[in-house]
Amino acid sequence: MQSVRLPAEPLVVIQPTKRWSLLSFKDIWAYRELLFFLTWRDVKVRYKQTALGAAWAILQPLFMMIIFTIFFGRLAAVDSAGIPYPVFALAGLVPWTFFSNAITASGNSLVGSANLITKVYFPRLIVPAAAMLAGLVDFVLAFVLLILLMFYYEIVPTIQLLFLPVLVLLTALFSLGVGTWFSALNVKYRDVRFALPFLIQLWLFVSSVILPSSAIPAKWRWLLMLNPMSGIIEGYRSALFGLPFDWPALGIASGLTILTLLYAIYAFGRVERSFADII
Amino acid sequence: MQPIIRVQDLSKLYYLGRSAAAYSTFREVVMDVARLPLRYLRRGEEPTSIWALKDVSFEIETGDVVGIIGRNGAGKSTLLKVLSRITEPTTGRVELYGRVASLLEVGTGFHPELTGRENIFLNGSILGMSRREIAAKFDEIVAFAEVEKFIDTPVKRYSSGMYVRLAFAVAAHLEPEILIVDEVLAVGDAAFQKKCLGRMRDVASAGRTVLFVSHNMAAVSALCTKAMVLWEGQVEYPLGGVEDAVQKYLTQVHKITKTTLAERTDRQGNGKVRIQDFASYDRDGNEVEYIASGQEVNFRVYYSSTQENVEGVTVAIGITSDTGAFVSMLSNQVAGESFQSIGRDGYFTCKIRKLPLAPGSYTASLIIRSNEAITDWIQQAVTIVVEPGDFFGTGRMPPQSHAGVLLEQEWTLNGNSSH
Repeated sequence: MQSVRLPAEPLVVIQPTKRWSLLSFKDIWAYRELLFFLTWRDVKVRYKQTALGAAWAILQPLFMMIIFTIFFGRLAAVDSAGIPYPVFALAGLVPWTFFSNAITASGNSLVGSANLITKVYFPRLIVPAAAMLAGLVDFVLAFVLLILLMFYYEIVPTIQLLFLPVLVLLTALFSLGVGTWFSALNVKYRDVRFALPFLIQLWLFVSSVILPSSAIPAKWRWLLMLNPMSGIIEGYRSALFGLPFDWPALGIASGLTILTLLYAIYAFGRVERSFADII
Repeated sequence: MQPIIRVQDLSKLYYLGRSAAAYSTFREVVMDVARLPLRYLRRGEEPTSIWALKDVSFEIETGDVVGIIGRNGAGKSTLLKVLSRITEPTTGRVELYGRVASLLEVGTGFHPELTGRENIFLNGSILGMSRREIAAKFDEIVAFAEVEKFIDTPVKRYSSGMYVRLAFAVAAHLEPEILIVDEVLAVGDAAFQKKCLGRMRDVASAGRTVLFVSHNMAAVSALCTKAMVLWEGQVEYPLGGVEDAVQKYLTQVHKITKTTLAERTDRQGNGKVRIQDFASYDRDGNEVEYIASGQEVNFRVYYSSTQENVEGVTVAIGITSDTGAFVSMLSNQVAGESFQSIGRDGYFTCKIRKLPLAPGSYTASLIIRSNEAITDWIQQAVTIVVEPGDFFGTGRMPPQSHAGVLLEQEWTLNGNSSH
């Protein structure tokens, strides 16, 4: 029998957490490989047993774009700031589809991983985070479609395109915030499962996907700013089509994103302790 | 020697009843708030709570293989969950001086659509292995599971045996300093079980520490170097010798179930004829603590009655396995006996000439009826521990995992030589 030398300090101390204890980022970092594997699993499994496979990632925004173009572009002849309506709509639909899929997936992720949570320890935040990250693969695929459409309409991107990664990060963080908060809520109130699709439908109409925010009367535009998705989606269009950025809207969106994320992590942490007992 | 696990005054409180409901919907919360004023009027409806663990303290040294014994609800699983950080303690403190891997089940996180190869990586990572570690042990895992040919097949096409073997193989190649195991050994066929037991011994002899939770006394005896008995959340027998612990556990099971039967309150029925006690007797009329497969057993159900004459009395003993599956039902009704004048008190005897139950722990529910009206009914009244016995007269027994009920059997051979 070989002797094992023990560390002087315990590797892990288990005790009741204080009410206000902060999330342990060190712990999450230690489990980064698990985050990768759970994301990878979600990506691999998502389109198994489907006839069209990953094409769904493109079909979803594509069909929405076609429908929007018929109804809003042609019939209602919406003013899309000089950009052909199909590209205008798709530029909004691609991030929107990512956002709506990400919050649905993360919102349901914890409850769906009950078998993991009651059997193995890992920082629980990894579960909604992985669900969100898995959506990024679809986002990239859909983005390819957007680029093709821009080629078709001969839209030449400007230097503003460099701002795109910041927007993607903002979208991902806001999705993570909303998704994480819903996932924690879902553990206690399964109403979330039913409320989410409905909420997403409503949310679409106030996110500047269909209409540019300039189409809203100036008097009410500040209301739109309270929805980070509106500012973010307008930001995508500015970055892609070289339109002027609406800095105040983006600033507010960034601020709200950070607040949402912090609140979500706080709310998540509060219920995290009891997940295994009530899930 | 410095302990590798130090547990100090660990307690865990669970709320039962309303708050233990799996989840609430928004409507229920609204209703509860609406009812709030009413609740003040009805005191005593506080959510009941239970200490699943209460002031548990112990220290485990490196290289120990510790068995944690206890009945269902003794707090074993809660202890494991706290040690594995799945659930938080209410009070107390645990210090772990090594990397922990816990096996509360095998194949956690296995995804049916993924191939064997993919699941090895996923499961390994869930159990806390790094990608490099998994890659290094990959071939060994596949060989251990004996699934080389199917490694790139989705596991949903695996037979259940292959699935379990692969799942266990991943777990068996964990190399934590502390391994926490919850009866996962009860999987697979006998040969594979043997392999798993061997693997656990290897882990232990490599100087690692193993915590093994079970109510399978044979497995505990075979595997552990020390044991501890938990009883209703408390340490009944502190960490010590395995044989003593097992003995303590078995006597305790008997004593507790016996003394409390008359006083149990979780009973139903009109109370005309009440169950007072339950005991097992051997062929010679001696009361016995444990019964053994293949021996004659007499179960006695002691009763008291409010009337001398009670019509159409039927007594039944429902036997369920550890896992809650029904095993058998003993009843004077099916045996064709009927009891009328039963007096004020006495006992019913049910004689089984040759006990066909495999070794293990069973739970019996007791019920007495009079003309189909329930006079007394206690669910999970007693625990019956069946020890190994020579049922077949050959000294042999089917493997524990495949025992279930023992049937007398005769085998013949009709063979043809090739022509």
